[in-house]
Amino acid sequence: MKHNFATRYLWLFALLLVAVPALAHHGNAAFDPTKRVTMKGTVTQWFWANPHCFLQFDAKDESGNLVHWVAETSNPPDMINHGWSKSSLKVGDQVTVTVIPVKNGKPIGRIAAVVLPNGQTLDGGFGPLPQTGGSAGSAGGGSK
Amino acid sequence: MTRRLVASAVAIAAVSFLPVRARTQDVPRQPGAVYDSDKKGEKPAPAPKRDLTGVWEPAGGPSGGVQATGAGQYPSDGKPEHELPFTPLGRETFMAHKPTFGVTQVPSALTNDPMPGCNPQGFPRIVLHNFRTSRIIQTPENVVVLYEFNKKWRVIWTDGRQLPKDATDPTWGAPDPAESRWWGYSVGKWMDDYTFVAESNGFDDRTWLDNAGRPHSDALHVIEQYHRADRDHLEMSITIDDPKMYTKPWVAVKLRLRLQSPGFDIREMECAPIETEEYNKQFADPAAGIDAK
Repeated sequence: MKHNFATRYLWLFALLLVAVPALAHHGNAAFDPTKRVTMKGTVTQWFWANPHCFLQFDAKDESGNLVHWVAETSNPPDMINHGWSKSSLKVGDQVTVTVIPVKNGKPIGRIAAVVLPNGQTLDGGFGPLPQTGGSAGSAGGGSK
Repeated sequence: MTRRLVASAVAIAAVSFLPVRARTQDVPRQPGAVYDSDKKGEKPAPAPKRDLTGVWEPAGGPSGGVQATGAGQYPSDGKPEHELPFTPLGRETFMAHKPTFGVTQVPSALTNDPMPGCNPQGFPRIVLHNFRTSRIIQTPENVVVLYEFNKKWRVIWTDGRQLPKDATDPTWGAPDPAESRWWGYSVGKWMDDYTFVAESNGFDDRTWLDNAGRPHSDALHVIEQYHRADRDHLEMSITIDDPKMYTKPWVAVKLRLRLQSPGFDIREMECAPIETEEYNKQFADPAAGIDAK
């Protein structure tokens, strides 16, 4: 009986899981894997370190207000494997960032991809949008 | 009993490598590394006898050993075939754990994972969670494994000593009672010219087995097998035997590794508290809804 309950309990949680990133080890629960937000911004910091790197940048929302974003990637070895480096981004760079946003509405997310000033696209390594079970990702609209 | 268990584990692991699952690997890839996809149609040279030395990388790509959602053979994904053979205590302990991945995941702010903050994840979690490029060194007395993840290492003794059965075994220089260890006590021997098996015990039960919060007790006994399939490949498996938490042993990890060049330099991957603190302050805490004071 206990086993059956536990099994159903586990399945319930499983249904809530939509996508599993291949890289990060600091949890999925805060993020909405069914969404993507793409915006143009200016880099204010590129923090290259364990456990995860993160990018800070300023971008305008739909109303034209400047919003400060923080978005993580995986760790440096993983990002090197995806073609990134400590010098990929520098303060003042004009970039286009696509993030997987957090659910709490804050301007925080995981980097799905970055388009550098030279036009090169760097993959964030968190995989594509889920194929099923989610709404279409928002795009091009700045912060949510 | 132990010998029979080891033999069973070796047999299970050997069978489960047939056929070894091929991974298609596009990106990512570690610069300078060689993967099986680079050598299609190759005919590797025979395996050297009783030799594990070298730098080893998951043969299918660098992500092959990264198991975010739990031990590779049993990811915590709710699938019935991945349900572990918990004892009542094992299930109760598992449900009390709050991992940040898997079917019982919670937001990072609510986790009771013992690893964050650069605390040691110990063995076997380093292999069940994040096995990356590793160097194996052999001496007459031991096999040493240097792991990339968090720049850790461990020693498997091959000088004929036994695992500490009690507190008074002087071989280990252990106090009475023998202290538990984050990385346990390990001994190993060659089963044949190409198969090396190590056993470990004496673990600190504050650690978890994997990233999904699978538990272990102080009775944990780990069986670790390395089979040198040919010159370029090593097949590694980890079997978990913990009668307090699981009703039977289970093979948690099977990885096919590829030998890299002798000059391959393993990158530094250190967990620095000062960097982790900055990451938490700037990113993880706000993402979890924890505002800075």
